[in-house]
Amino acid sequence: MKIRNQRDFGAGIMYMVIGLFFAIIATQYQMGTAAKMGPGYFPFYLGILMTLLGLLVLVKSFSATAAIEKIPKFNWRIIAQITGSVVLYGLLLPRLGFLVAVVTLVLVSASASKEFTWKGSLINAGFLVAFTYSVFVLGLKLQFPLLPVFLQQ
Amino acid sequence: MELFSNLALGFDTAFTLQNLLYCLIGCVLGTLIGVLPGLGPIATIAMLLPATYALPPIAALIMLAGIYYGSQYGGSTTAILLNIPGETSSVVTAIDGYQMARNGRAGVALFTAGMGSFFAGCVATLVLAAFAAPLSQLAFKFGPAEYFSLMVLGLIGAVVLASGSLIKAIGMIILGLLMGIIGTDVNSGVSRYAFDIPELSDGIGFVAVAMGVFGFAEIMGNLEKTGDDEGFLNKLTTMIPTKTDIKRMIPSILRGTTIGSILGILPGGGAALAAFGAYSVEKKSSKYSHEFGKGAIEGVAGPEAANNAAAQTSFIPLLTLGIPPNAVMALMVGAMTIHNIQPGPQVMTSNPALFWGLIASMWIGNVMLILLNLPLIGIWVKLLKIPYRFLYPAILVFCCIGVYTVNNTVFDVYVTAGFGLIGYLFFKLGCEPPPLLLGFVLGPMMEENFRRALLLSRGDFTTFLTRPLSLGLLIAAALLVVIVALPAVKKTREEAFVEE
Repeated sequence: MKIRNQRDFGAGIMYMVIGLFFAIIATQYQMGTAAKMGPGYFPFYLGILMTLLGLLVLVKSFSATAAIEKIPKFNWRIIAQITGSVVLYGLLLPRLGFLVAVVTLVLVSASASKEFTWKGSLINAGFLVAFTYSVFVLGLKLQFPLLPVFLQQ
Repeated sequence: MELFSNLALGFDTAFTLQNLLYCLIGCVLGTLIGVLPGLGPIATIAMLLPATYALPPIAALIMLAGIYYGSQYGGSTTAILLNIPGETSSVVTAIDGYQMARNGRAGVALFTAGMGSFFAGCVATLVLAAFAAPLSQLAFKFGPAEYFSLMVLGLIGAVVLASGSLIKAIGMIILGLLMGIIGTDVNSGVSRYAFDIPELSDGIGFVAVAMGVFGFAEIMGNLEKTGDDEGFLNKLTTMIPTKTDIKRMIPSILRGTTIGSILGILPGGGAALAAFGAYSVEKKSSKYSHEFGKGAIEGVAGPEAANNAAAQTSFIPLLTLGIPPNAVMALMVGAMTIHNIQPGPQVMTSNPALFWGLIASMWIGNVMLILLNLPLIGIWVKLLKIPYRFLYPAILVFCCIGVYTVNNTVFDVYVTAGFGLIGYLFFKLGCEPPPLLLGFVLGPMMEENFRRALLLSRGDFTTFLTRPLSLGLLIAAALLVVIVALPAVKKTREEAFVEE
C-alpha cells in the first residue's frame, strides 16, 4: 500500500477531521426526530456524510489508478508575510488608526514580492492611503479610527 | 404585452442618473478587472460588497452585475493582445485571438470579440426578461420538499459541470453547508458552533469567507509562481473587418449566443463553461476547421458571444428561483441579503422596479461596454503595464478596509486572514473553493427546507420521492452523477479540464 495521490490523501484527512469535528459537536445539541428536528440533527448527519466522503477520497488515493501527485511545497515566508500584514492591520487599526495601519499593511505585504523595492512600495503606500482615504472616509463617509489613540482628543 | 410594460418599467428605473452612474462604474470596474490578470470577478465583487452598504439596493445590484458581465469584455482584450486570459472564460479566446493578433489582425479580433459580446448581451437580456416570469410562476408551486431537491440538483449540477474531481468537489459543498450552519439556529435559538464567541452568533461573515478564500489565498498562490510569463504585446491594428470576416463571424456569433444562453441557465453553468462549449462546437462545425488554432475568426466570435450571454442568463436561476448557479451568483445572493432582499420568485412581484431595472441595466451596460472597449481600448492596454507587485497590496488594502466596515470590528479582519490560510491549504490539496461558496450560501436555506419538508410529512423521508416535482429534480441530479461516472464521459471530461 502506497499513497499514490498525496493531495487526495491530504484532502481526505482534512474532510474526515472536519466532518468528525462537526458531527461530534452536534451531539451536544438536541437531536430531535426527523419530524421534529432539533438543532443537532442536520449538522450531525452532514458531518457524518462529510467524514464518509473523506474516507472515500482517502481510500482512492491508494488505488492503483490514482494519479501520482505530490502536495506542492508550502511557501511559509509568503504565508507569514501576507497573513502577518493583515493581522498587523487588525491589531494596529483600533490602536494607531487608519493611516498607520494601511501603510503598514502595504509595506509588509509588498515585501513578500521578489521585486520588492522600498521606493516603489512607499509610493504605492502613499497613493493607496490617499485614494482609500478620499473614497472611503471622505466619499462613502465610513467610520474609522483615523489617528493613533494618544493623538485623539 | 406584459413583457414590454415590464421592460418599460425597467428602463424607467435604470435610466435615472444615479443608476446610470453605478452601471457605468460597474462596467468600468468590470473591464478593469477583466484586463488585469490575477484579479477576477469573484474577488472583486467580494471586495466591493461592503462598499455597497451605503447605496440603495438597486444601484448596488446594477453595479455588481456590471462587474460580472463587464469582466467578460475586458478579459478578451488581454487574451487577444497578450495571450494572457484575464478571466478563465477568455482562455479559449486566447487560442485563436492571439494568433489573429500575431497575423496583424489584432484590431479585427478585438472588434469581433466586442461585437459578439454586444450582440449576445442584448439577446441574453431578452431571454432573461422572457424566461423570468414563467419560471417564477413555477417556483411558486414549490413546497419545501421541491426546494430541497432543487438545491440538491443545483449543487450537484454545479460540481458536475464545472470542476475537476467530483468527490472532492462534493466534499467542498458539504463543508460550505456546514460552515453556513454556524451561528444561531433560527428554529430553536440555540447558538451552534459559536463556542461562546459573540461575533460568531450571527454566523461567519460571507464577505470574510469570500475575500479570504478567493482574495488572500489567490494572492499567496500567485506570489509563489516563479517568473512572470510576460507575453509579447501585439500592436493594435485597424478594427474594420473585411466582408469575408463579417460573413464568417455572424453565424458563429449566433451559435455562441444560443449555446451561452442555454449553458448560463444550467446549474454550474456560467461564462467559462459556455466559452469552452462554444469553441468546441465552432471547431467541429466550421468548414475552416483547419484554421483553428492559427487565427480563425470563428474561434473568437463564438466563445466571446457565449461567455457574455452566459454571464447574463446565469442571473435567471438566481432571480426566479433564488438558487445561485455559480460562485459569482452566490455573491449576488450575499449582496441581496445585505440589502434585506430575499432572492427568489417573490422579488419580481414585491420589488418589480428592482427586478426589471436590473435586467434593463444589463442592456444599457452592454451599450456602455462596447463604447468603453472599442474606442478606448488604448487606455486599457496601458493598464496592462501595472505590475503585480503594486496590484496585490492594493487588493489587500481594499479587502481589509471593506471587511472591517461590514460590522466595524477587527474580528472579521482576523477571520478573513484565517480563511486566507484555509484557502491556501485548499489550493495545495487540489480542492476547488467555488462549490464551498455555493454551499455556504445555500446551507441555512437547505436546512430550513429540509426541516420543513419533514415536519409536513411527519418525519417520512419518502416525501422527497413521492412528490412528482421533487422526484423529477432528484432523478435529474442522480442522472448527472451517473453520466459523469460513465467511463467514456469521465475520460473526455478529464481531458476538457486538462485543457483548462
